[in-house]
Amino acid sequence: MVRSTATFRKFFSLSGIIVLLLAALAACSTQQNNANSNTTTQSSPILIGASIANSGDFSADGKPTREGYELWADTINKQGGLLGRQVKLDLVNDNSTPAGVTTAYQKLINVDHVDLTVGPFADLTAVAAARVAHRSGYALIEGSGTAVAVFQQGLDNIFSVSLSAKNYLVSFAEYILSLPAAQRPKTAAYSTQQDPFLGPQLDEARSLLENGGVKTVLNQQYPVETSDYTPYAQKVVASGADLVLLGTFTPDSVAYVKAFKQQHYNPKAIIAASGPDQGDQFTGPIGGTKVAEGIFVPNGGWYADINTFGNTQFQKDYIAKYGGSTADISSDTVQAYSVGQVLTQAVTKIHSIDNAKLIQELHSDSFDTLQGPVKFAADGQNTTAVAFLFQWQNGNLIPVYPQNNAQANPEYPKRTWP
Amino acid sequence: MTLIIEAVVLGILTGSVYALMASGLTLVFGVLDIINIAQGILVIVGAYLSYTLEKYFHIDIILGLLVTIPALFLLGIGIEWAFMRRIKRDRVMISILVTFAVALVIEGLLNFIFTPNYVQLTAPYIDAALPVFGFYLPYIYLFGFLLSVVVLTLLYFLVYRTKFGFGLRASMQDRTAAALIGIDVERVQTVTFGIGVALAAAGGMVFGATNPFNAATSYDLISRLLVIIVLGGMGSLRGALFASLAMLVISDIIDVVWSPVWANVIFFALLIVLLLFRPQGFFGRLEGRKQ
Repeated sequence: MVRSTATFRKFFSLSGIIVLLLAALAACSTQQNNANSNTTTQSSPILIGASIANSGDFSADGKPTREGYELWADTINKQGGLLGRQVKLDLVNDNSTPAGVTTAYQKLINVDHVDLTVGPFADLTAVAAARVAHRSGYALIEGSGTAVAVFQQGLDNIFSVSLSAKNYLVSFAEYILSLPAAQRPKTAAYSTQQDPFLGPQLDEARSLLENGGVKTVLNQQYPVETSDYTPYAQKVVASGADLVLLGTFTPDSVAYVKAFKQQHYNPKAIIAASGPDQGDQFTGPIGGTKVAEGIFVPNGGWYADINTFGNTQFQKDYIAKYGGSTADISSDTVQAYSVGQVLTQAVTKIHSIDNAKLIQELHSDSFDTLQGPVKFAADGQNTTAVAFLFQWQNGNLIPVYPQNNAQANPEYPKRTWP
Repeated sequence: MTLIIEAVVLGILTGSVYALMASGLTLVFGVLDIINIAQGILVIVGAYLSYTLEKYFHIDIILGLLVTIPALFLLGIGIEWAFMRRIKRDRVMISILVTFAVALVIEGLLNFIFTPNYVQLTAPYIDAALPVFGFYLPYIYLFGFLLSVVVLTLLYFLVYRTKFGFGLRASMQDRTAAALIGIDVERVQTVTFGIGVALAAAGGMVFGATNPFNAATSYDLISRLLVIIVLGGMGSLRGALFASLAMLVISDIIDVVWSPVWANVIFFALLIVLLLFRPQGFFGRLEGRKQ
């Protein structure tokens, strides 16, 4: 018995030493991840990690997001890479959920040991990614996490290259309030998903319009997981509002338009926060571009003819790689590509892929992208983005406001359904 | 008042379509003791088949059912033979895992073939509407309702007026006893699973004509269908119909009268209360199956 006790103690002493050694090695590995620029060989590619919504609720946006990142990587590699090193993307499916994103970024950072990280699609997932990246000292530049809540997390490593969600509908509200009093709509209906990207947009627009004298006759929210939007569309129709503001993504924007057409409901203006800017994913199901005529959609700063950094080459490269036309370019692709542009400029300026230095550079400098100039506030918001207002006119989605960027005057009031 | 009438009418019309989809699910559970989590994605497969026929072969979506229903019937038979038949014990629990895996595989294939872009079925009559009671009733909802009535009536005759239906009901009551009296239980199960999936084709066509969809849309569908069969009583066709109508009408009325946010809350609260007093659902049997 005494002998076995001694053996027992010896075993545990040895085990304890082994455990301590393993813990020390793990700590060194983590520090290695954080340092990351010093020991990677100069000839090896720079590994950039991101999670992509290949499945789940955001899968329709995941594909264009992936296309944006891949196009950027191709472009930068053709130009000689980043700091003379080729860029390699490590893209992991996140299933459109924050839990999936958390797992993805933990894998990217702790298993795949990526050098840099960029963001996934959507606000909730961008926050989840930023938290994981923050724990390991990584910067996270992202293109679609623009909700108010994203910037209230107290994270200093998140950088959103796009317009803040809250301001998306400001141009529309300004346009409506600029109309002569006799033409101005008297009533407005607001209907939105309970989503951190959409809700604040409508709240801000409603505040501006109410202050400008446009009475709210309906203000409804519905769960994100809804698939049957008919009752909500019914309520909007029943309100008889002159103005309809919809906080939607593609499927619900399609459902509303179809319901309004079926019910012969013709408000003076309709704007959807998202959906009408998704090309044939919107116009196809609703019955063609003729049906889309007159529908407004906000734009966070990009369209085909805009004179911004790299825009002409970007469109050529997109069509060469993916085919189609510029009308097929999704805003998600533009956002992802813009993320790549900011990353390129920041890394080039500091001549390093050290994340601590990158974070400092991103906080202090300004950058140029497809979406226009970018300068980050302390909370990661882009302070220089401008909200454009787009409208479907004669089969094309064109900018109509502010006037200095407009290709045509806004069509108001909206024509009746064809 | 018009809003409430509209909500009731549309609730009944859309509820009938959900009844179609849910009847396949409850039928499969009743005969095979299998909870087919893949039913939602199979509805989407039906919708995509209708979409393919309409977009590439210009076949009307209703006429296309002559192709999609048999196609999904064969798919259902294939799935039953490949996966369900192999489950010999703990059928209820293991079937959840197996059918979930099947659903994930099908979802991946659909995303690969069609991409995650949203699509919707189109036809000249989809946007047309009939003016009634002060609002417009879309024709596609009426067609969907009529389709559900026809299909569910045919299903009723199959289950209650044919020799196959006799075997099906016997298998639902007691599989061993049914085998002992000469019923080919395995064949009944295979055909039943095929029928359950074929019903998804019909439901998928109407769903795809009234909603934009992609593969991910199946998640919300299957959650609704499971609630319907629990509410109606698992294995009860009558229950699936009743529960579908009740769920859609109650939700739609609360949506328009009160708030969309509370519709699901109220509905599930009622479901909990019902299950506390009647755990077998509206038309389920209190005692368990004999095996």
